Amino acid sequence: MGADGKTRCFTLPSQIADVPGTEGWESMYPYYTRFQPEDDQRFWFYNAMHFPEPMPAFDALTAEVPYEGLGAFTTRVFAFPTTMGIEHRIVNGRIYITANPVTDPAEIQRRLAIFQERAGYYYENWDRLFREWKVRLENLIHELEAIKVPKLPEFDEAEVVTQAKGLGQNHYVRESFHRVIELFSKMWHHHFEMLMLGYGAYMVFFDFCKKAFPETADQTVARMVAGIEVLMFRPDDELKRLARLAIDYGVDDLFASDCDLKKVLDDLRGRGEPGKRWLAELDKSREPWFNMSTGDGFYHHHLSWNDDLSVPFAALPRYVEQLRRGESLERPTERLKEERGRIIAEYRGLLRSEDERQAFDQMLGLSHLVFPFVENHKFYCEHWFTSLFFKKVREFGALLVAYGVLADAEDVFQLQYVEIESALADVSLAWAGGGKPLGAAHWRPIVQERKRILEKFREWNPPPALGPIPSQINDPALQMLWGITSETLESWSRTVEAGHEKEIVGFAASPGVVEGIARVLRNVNDIGQIREGEILVCPVTAPSWGPVFGKIRAAVSDIGGTMSHAAIVAREYGLPAVVGTGQATQRIKTGQRLRVDGNRGIVSILD
Amino acid sequence: MTNPKLVSRFNEVGINDWLRVGGKGASLGELAGAGIRVPQGCVVTTAAFEQFLAAIDPRGSIRREIEKVAADDLVACTRVGAEVRARLEGLTLPEDLQKQIATHYDELHSRVGGAGNAEPVAIRSSATSEDSAYASFAGLQDTYLWVRGVDSVIEHVRKCWASLYAVESIMYRRRLNLPEQGLAMGVVIQRMIDSRCSGVMFSRSPNTGDCSVVVVEASWGLGSAIVSGEVTPDRYVVEKITREIVSRTVSTKMRMHRPNRVGVGVIDEEVPVDQQNTACLGDDELLELADIGKRVERHYGCPQDIEWAIARDLPAIENTFLLQSRPETVWAAKDATPVAAPKSKPFDHVFSLLSGGAGKK
Repeated sequence: MGADGKTRCFTLPSQIADVPGTEGWESMYPYYTRFQPEDDQRFWFYNAMHFPEPMPAFDALTAEVPYEGLGAFTTRVFAFPTTMGIEHRIVNGRIYITANPVTDPAEIQRRLAIFQERAGYYYENWDRLFREWKVRLENLIHELEAIKVPKLPEFDEAEVVTQAKGLGQNHYVRESFHRVIELFSKMWHHHFEMLMLGYGAYMVFFDFCKKAFPETADQTVARMVAGIEVLMFRPDDELKRLARLAIDYGVDDLFASDCDLKKVLDDLRGRGEPGKRWLAELDKSREPWFNMSTGDGFYHHHLSWNDDLSVPFAALPRYVEQLRRGESLERPTERLKEERGRIIAEYRGLLRSEDERQAFDQMLGLSHLVFPFVENHKFYCEHWFTSLFFKKVREFGALLVAYGVLADAEDVFQLQYVEIESALADVSLAWAGGGKPLGAAHWRPIVQERKRILEKFREWNPPPALGPIPSQINDPALQMLWGITSETLESWSRTVEAGHEKEIVGFAASPGVVEGIARVLRNVNDIGQIREGEILVCPVTAPSWGPVFGKIRAAVSDIGGTMSHAAIVAREYGLPAVVGTGQATQRIKTGQRLRVDGNRGIVSILD
Repeated sequence: MTNPKLVSRFNEVGINDWLRVGGKGASLGELAGAGIRVPQGCVVTTAAFEQFLAAIDPRGSIRREIEKVAADDLVACTRVGAEVRARLEGLTLPEDLQKQIATHYDELHSRVGGAGNAEPVAIRSSATSEDSAYASFAGLQDTYLWVRGVDSVIEHVRKCWASLYAVESIMYRRRLNLPEQGLAMGVVIQRMIDSRCSGVMFSRSPNTGDCSVVVVEASWGLGSAIVSGEVTPDRYVVEKITREIVSRTVSTKMRMHRPNRVGVGVIDEEVPVDQQNTACLGDDELLELADIGKRVERHYGCPQDIEWAIARDLPAIENTFLLQSRPETVWAAKDATPVAAPKSKPFDHVFSLLSGGAGKK
């Protein structure tokens, strides 16, 4: 409620106009993602954290499937007492979401009984379940890798006869594509199988610290929780290892700044034994550590390091240079561990009663129990699995190109997955019937039109939220995954109302105040544009941007919480960071001078 | 001891000497002894006060008369106060005491190597009443800043003593029904810091009672501008354990007090425009202060409210002085309800939080 007692309101979903020139965009997305008239009654916010760009038709699956998994586990499997799942809508290519809270006390009690029993089982057996989880995920990944995309040669393989398989290869066009989608769904279910329980444990500890130490920064609480050796640092560590080996093997001269990937690889091959050894080490690092998305695993064009080696190679010259200067690249893990131990012990020492100290130990212990899953699942799910998933779909794109249906394998991502099935059926029929697929005439114009619409969508500035602002919001799912609390709403509506032109308010994620030139990167693939000493302004703070943190002076993001990777990495690099600003990438232009105040969570445009 | 000491150096007193030198003097001596930087000085003891008072009131009749006055009888309080003050002001300080004050005053500037004979000092009341902390904070007893020359110092010592009989002081004691017998006052004579900025610091947040942060308030010039409420200070919050600066709020600071460098006393003036919205403290200074706050708290074993100053013309670190430290009383007096209690299983906490508090206790 506003000070005047009226309900304050963002733009209503029904008031959003199409971006001119995108008429008919609705056909890009499933009917169940469209805003309905009654949606005006509810509060929605733009999920810029996961979906900072307009959604290509296929990529909308990266909202649909995760929300199936998330909701299944909160609503139906564990029966979280106060929250059901997330609903999503797509407008002008952007994904808006809302949560379904449970507010009836009797209903909360009924769900709580189930929740205690089921969640209790997972907490009780957490370590074992996580061990088994990792095996399950690795199996899924190997299953995905093993899926063959049929080549559909003129004559089928002889084994179909000699082993009496009884199935023509075109059957596997259908089956394999289904398998790819099914495995993707399984991965997301497993993702949420443990995640919400993990975040629940964090929330308990954060809540305790907010009460016991109300003025201590969230980031300090996060430091008490955070693990030191987590998988997400591993790809970057591998790069450092390779930089060291380049020097040891005497091939470091090839890694000059702005070196060309292809040339470096050719030169390495021409360097005899040392070059060969380095390349062999590179291959070791690549599996699985370069299955690192340049984004967060939600867009097909966020290629992995393995898909585009120029991304990791861009960081190598700098590391080589630092090593030559005698700098250590090691993360001082022992010192970080000691420091964490000291901070924990001293905060504990401030508590006044033995009861509180015991509760603190329980809650922190629980956070440390779940931490390895919460941190490491990202590598397995969003990076390793998802990189291979998009690669596999791309192979089906290549099949459609081979049959003339599409002009380019990448175009497959302009189709919804059900449309891909339909195009594949067309190819399968043509191969079987000995005719030609009809898809070229049907799909190519659609692909062209959708690409054009996606470009148009980029011109739209999505409002951070839609609909009536609730007087308070305390849905644990929103808080856990998006860091959205009543204070967030307050800060958004302030920005909307006051229209502070030169100041952008976010969350203080890493302390310090610096000034510098902005580099706005909406798309992670543009990571190479960053120059030494610039301030990174990005929609989402993605973990794979690790190497960039050595170059930049500060980081600013549209959405993200204190536990976001950028926040953690920024703190380790000692860079100021402001996250969760809502709209930094829309209001800041590359080249503008900024002041980033990581203590107060304010970004000022100085020009 | 037949001849009680009339003046003691800071390094000769500690917190347990509060009856002998008053609360402020004892606290400054204690800080100096703990290795905390305080401006050099000495205390005229309560024994000196007793001697002086005995000269006008050998049988203690004045004190008894004051105790008879009703707390709300303004007329009587005014009359009796004026009477005592007139008699105190008409009396010369004993020669021995005057000599000792002069010797200690000389010592102050010889130690800092000052050439002149008019080292500026602060003369501060140091009362023995139990809650002198409150009384002095409320400005009931006098502090005189930038006093120069031995005659003026002696004159202000007497003024401090007289201030014990200011009408508001008497009324305050009557309201709390404090005994007059045994009421005495020491007087601190202390080198005066020409502070670039100064302020207060709380080793426990005054807003939330959070023990994990130090809250620092700072303003330009002398601390009197903050204490008198003439200026909204900058406000900083520093985590004790990580030394992270959690927040900085820079206020518009319109007024400042500064010493009259060519004369005596304090000038109240407008802050130069370009400094009004500038932060008073740099990060290093802020962290140095917070570290000192932590040390003082550790020394006393409980949260402290502290007054500090940063000198204008000294190098970093050496320029940071404490002027006062007293135990925090507001939050200490509140009942601390435990934030949480252990549960039978760690994850029971999750049930309780995720069900809006309805989970297993």
